[in-house]
Amino acid sequence: MGKAKPGATRRAVMLGGLAGGLAATIRLEPAHATPERMRAAIRTVVGEASIRKGRVDLEVPPLVENGNTVSLAVSVDSPMTATDYVKAIHVFNEKNPQPNVISVHLGPRAGRAKFSTRFRLADSQIVTAIAEMSDGSFWSASADVIVTLAACVEGI
Amino acid sequence: MSLQTSRVAPIIGRATAVAFMLVAIASAANGADIPLDQRRSGYLDLGRDSKAMQDDDTINPATLWVQDGEALWNQKAGAANRACADCHQDATVSMKGVAARYPAFSAARNGPVNLEQRINLCRSEHQQAQPFAYESRELLALTAYVGRQSRGMAIAPPDDDRLAPFVEAGRKLFNRRIGQIDMSCAQCHDDNWGKKLAGSLIPQAQPTGYPIYRLEWQSLGSLQRRLRNCMTGLRAEAYEYGAPENVNLELFLMWRARGLQLETPAVRP
Amino acid sequence: MARPLINVPAKVKRGQVFEIKTLISHIMETGFRFTTTGDKIPRDIVTTFSCSYNGEEIFRADLYPAISANPFFDFFTVATESGTLDFKWTGDNGFAESATAKIVVE
Repeated sequence: MGKAKPGATRRAVMLGGLAGGLAATIRLEPAHATPERMRAAIRTVVGEASIRKGRVDLEVPPLVENGNTVSLAVSVDSPMTATDYVKAIHVFNEKNPQPNVISVHLGPRAGRAKFSTRFRLADSQIVTAIAEMSDGSFWSASADVIVTLAACVEGI
Repeated sequence: MSLQTSRVAPIIGRATAVAFMLVAIASAANGADIPLDQRRSGYLDLGRDSKAMQDDDTINPATLWVQDGEALWNQKAGAANRACADCHQDATVSMKGVAARYPAFSAARNGPVNLEQRINLCRSEHQQAQPFAYESRELLALTAYVGRQSRGMAIAPPDDDRLAPFVEAGRKLFNRRIGQIDMSCAQCHDDNWGKKLAGSLIPQAQPTGYPIYRLEWQSLGSLQRRLRNCMTGLRAEAYEYGAPENVNLELFLMWRARGLQLETPAVRP
Repeated sequence: MARPLINVPAKVKRGQVFEIKTLISHIMETGFRFTTTGDKIPRDIVTTFSCSYNGEEIFRADLYPAISANPFFDFFTVATESGTLDFKWTGDNGFAESATAKIVVE
């Protein structure tokens, strides 16, 4: 079982400055998503359509005690009838190695456009959820999450 | 007590060396025990979602191991072709209170054994089966299943004079400085609990919920695994799984947590 | 080894929206981790989870490595008639897991 994780070199140096000597660390970033890559991933899903803010409620804890398991709940304001419903909910991030988190496909049988799961955040960053409606419109919400690392881990 | 700053500084930087000095000076009186009425479980410091994860068996990942443990409990094993259930019947009755009073003295070992070792002793002696490896899925599952039967009960270390020298050995280990960081368990967990270490809250380190689903591991794990993580964090060489030092530390920690409620299997960051 | 953990209400009223919770054991190895000797640990994740209600798909998720180990889902559906909920997980290295739950609608 491997011991290193994304950002492992950063953690190793952080452990060296155990009492919070962040000023003394060197940042060695592995390749990861950026806000540009997140926007590109969003465009792949949304195409040329405009994305409006609203109707989407993105629930993530503002301060996360461990980035490995972050609770996520997304709900969308929609009557979920046969003619007016949420087709899909897509979640993106800006600093993980990959910009996609999950794509959930719903329909009128869902009754409520809401789902919960647990996901990983490699660093403090912005998480964005985009709802695709049956009428072809797109709506979004974002949340800024601070991620703290665990002290005392297994290996470097 | 002199802190050898010149040895520490090149490794971790001047500012943090000063921080360590302050911590050391503050605890120069060799870490007093936390007053009994101030002791608290790490559960209380969890975020809202982690608390919810622990409180609800239907969403607690540890339930997956508890389920496995129940299946193993009823499965015949070894040359004796015997299941745990064949001797111990219904675990919800026979195992109630057991995890709350472990580690316990084992006459066979002439010393304390933790729950994992006790399960393995049963495997080899009564089932004539191979003991499970530490942190194996099977051993974690059985420990979680047995531990679950004590959930809600007060931690009750056995009133056994034979254990006294081992509790004392555990206390000495708890207060002993180790590793390149040159700190003891007591300096963080007795003297500085509630404060922050590199962004994380320092808990009192009360083992109220082992085996735990640790978010850092994304898996269930034992108290010994967690202790070894701490030792590695201090840049010390961790004691091997099953080493008497680890068992003595567990014994001391459970004595230190006496009276607190067992939450097994708990969720922790 | 571990069976999927499924949670649905025992009985629901027709037309009522009810909650379904699922949890399975899976490492969800991201493919972005390295061993201490510098070798990449290959990706091993669940890629799709779906739920069908009497044969009709009511929920489907495409998972990426950002989903935590031991994937958990909590979602909703409308009670139409009594029957069976079928759950399927598929992923890398031919991973396939399934489970069912009965639902009683009155």
